[in-house]
Amino acid sequence: MSDVAVSVKGLTKIYGHKTVVDAIDMEVPAGSIYGFLGPNGSGKTTTIRMMCGLLTPDAGEGHTLGYDIQKQAREIKERVGYMTQKFSLYTDLTIRENLDFMARMYRLPNRKKVVTRTIEELGLSGRGNQLAGTLSGGWKQRLALAAAMQHKPQLLLLDEPTAGVDPKARRDFWDEIRRLSKEGVTILVSTHYMDEAIQCDNIAYIAYGKLLIHGPAREIPARVGLTTWRVDGPDLIPLEDELRADPRVEQVARFGAQLHVSSTNAKALEELVAEQRKKDKQHRWVKKEAELEEAFIYLMTTAADNFTPNGEAKP
Amino acid sequence: MNLFSLSRFRAVLVKEFIQMRRDRLTFAMMIGVPVIQLLLFGYAINNDPRNLPTLLELGEESKVARAVVSGMDTSDYFDFQGFVFGPDAGDKALREGSANFVVVIPPDFERDILRGLSPELLVTADASDPTAVGSAVAALSGIVETAIAQTLDGPLTAVAGRPPPFSMVVHKQFNPEGRTATNIVPGLLAIILAMTMVLITAVAIVRETERGTMETLISTPVRSTEVMLGKILPYVLIGYVQTLLFLIMAKILFNVPFEGSRMAFFVGFNIYVVVNLALGFLISTLVHTQMQAMQASFFLILPTILLSGFMFPFAGMPGWAQAIGTAIPATHFLRIVRKIMLKGAQMADIAIDLRAIAIIGGMIVLIALLRYRRTLD
Ligand SMILES: Nc1ncnc2c1ncn2[C@@H]1O[C@H](COP(=O)(O)OP(=O)(O)O)[C@@H](O)[C@H]1O
Ligand SMILES: [Mg+2]
Repeated sequence: MSDVAVSVKGLTKIYGHKTVVDAIDMEVPAGSIYGFLGPNGSGKTTTIRMMCGLLTPDAGEGHTLGYDIQKQAREIKERVGYMTQKFSLYTDLTIRENLDFMARMYRLPNRKKVVTRTIEELGLSGRGNQLAGTLSGGWKQRLALAAAMQHKPQLLLLDEPTAGVDPKARRDFWDEIRRLSKEGVTILVSTHYMDEAIQCDNIAYIAYGKLLIHGPAREIPARVGLTTWRVDGPDLIPLEDELRADPRVEQVARFGAQLHVSSTNAKALEELVAEQRKKDKQHRWVKKEAELEEAFIYLMTTAADNFTPNGEAKP
Repeated sequence: MNLFSLSRFRAVLVKEFIQMRRDRLTFAMMIGVPVIQLLLFGYAINNDPRNLPTLLELGEESKVARAVVSGMDTSDYFDFQGFVFGPDAGDKALREGSANFVVVIPPDFERDILRGLSPELLVTADASDPTAVGSAVAALSGIVETAIAQTLDGPLTAVAGRPPPFSMVVHKQFNPEGRTATNIVPGLLAIILAMTMVLITAVAIVRETERGTMETLISTPVRSTEVMLGKILPYVLIGYVQTLLFLIMAKILFNVPFEGSRMAFFVGFNIYVVVNLALGFLISTLVHTQMQAMQASFFLILPTILLSGFMFPFAGMPGWAQAIGTAIPATHFLRIVRKIMLKGAQMADIAIDLRAIAIIGGMIVLIALLRYRRTLD
């Protein structure tokens, strides 16, 4: 296997007049956990579907596990596990029947045993005959992951696997993802939770069909180029309002009892901090290392500013 | 890599069976629809058909004979198709369904009339459609009388006003008691199968798209043939159950005979069921919701009922309607069922109808496979 699991160039999908995925270039290194971020409707699902041969791109090309995404969809499907955003196993089949169905689809040897083991690993022993439709959200998610994993794919495409799942289930889910990653499975996971993005080795951020930034997670804040100051002290609300109104401040985010004040213009921000320190002794200003959180909030707000006016993209 | 995976085919097959068993409503419908329809149509439908294809066997060349031919030609009831020679040819035409009537004008018909011997005019009627027979026989009598009056008015003025100078012998074949149910019931099988098979397959497949399970299904390496066969086969079995139920009820409630070859029926039935399922599959590739699938199936069932020869005798329909009717699988299966059940047809007698269904079916399967999307586009 080469060291790139997915590589696409100029990947484009157009629905009607709307360019839903706009000339995306992306590389997913083999063995990594690759976070695919972006607000709702930004084109994540569409991109993932093109990567595994479920949708035909309108322009561009790409390879998944070395196979052409347009001409070799079957080879890709044999080797990829895809977990859809919406639960799409059969709700009127039991857990066992669903897993059995998937096992047959991939022609797994020792099917019965494989299915039984999957159920055990899921921690659903004894519930194999329960209808999949009656499972809770978190369990549906885990079942879907297990079904996508059963044929031991080299690449997992997970489309918002934790949307609408409670925090405990989310944490368990990510433990599982990291375990799979250690076993050498490449994982591309789309999400719009920032705390999940932090767990990824690589990150791509997409908004309104355009890939705004991508690269190793630790390089992202630097690439965004934000300078951030942390403020703490009493009565943060009036201060927050004041800072938001200041044109030199691009972003104010509240983290607990602190404000993170950021801008891409470090000089302007420094000026502001000096002024503030002079007139207001109550609050303490500390310059801090730029982090992913601020970077994403920044990306999201600027993306919204840049793209909403044309009125096309949905929220 | 091999072209067809038995494992995946079985995967779809097993899944379909389970889902079918759990979907109570569909299951109830599959059993309920044939029963209700049979009762409604079997007891309720009646009609008065026209333009029935008729053959003539001429025992003599006479003015009267010619007048009868032209009289039949202009009448609404008969569609004069040509001449036959000998009783076997007439029988064959009746069994194959290319004629509904064979009229025999015996030798010396004209001379015997003139002599006042009241010669016999022999009419053999396909009474498997009984409503057609009664009124047509009455009409025939009038036609012949007029023909005689026109051509022999001189010599016959003496006979005018008296009972007809000939007697008509009507020989009803295939359904001697002339019961409507005997005709409607076998035809109904074609309609019921068309209705349920098309609708159920279309809905079963569209359901995958609607519920989103199609995305998981096609994210696996499954092939379109595997999906199509795996989806269709369970419903073929349903078709078997429906038909068996139907045949038993037809026999018990309506005393409809089953005269012909069971083998021929079995062959025709299987082909017909598969064609309908393929049609359902095709519909599913054209619509997005179960509702649309239902509407499309309903849209198709109307011409099937009206133009297949089920409601109105096929031969009596205008040309355009016949053209549409010919493209409908039920038209041909209806003929097969009537021929076999009522007329004792064997394999050879239904070959022409089988060929027609096979051609229509082949086209449907081809389009369905081409339309089936392996992607979500
Ligand atoms: N089949 C489709 N037809 C038309 N528009 C679509 C279709 N699928 C997705 N879209 C549109 O494309 C955009 C991107 O959708 P999607 O890829 O699902 O975004 P995400 O997964 O990031 O939420 C959305 O605005 C959505 O409405
Ligand atoms: Mg999505």
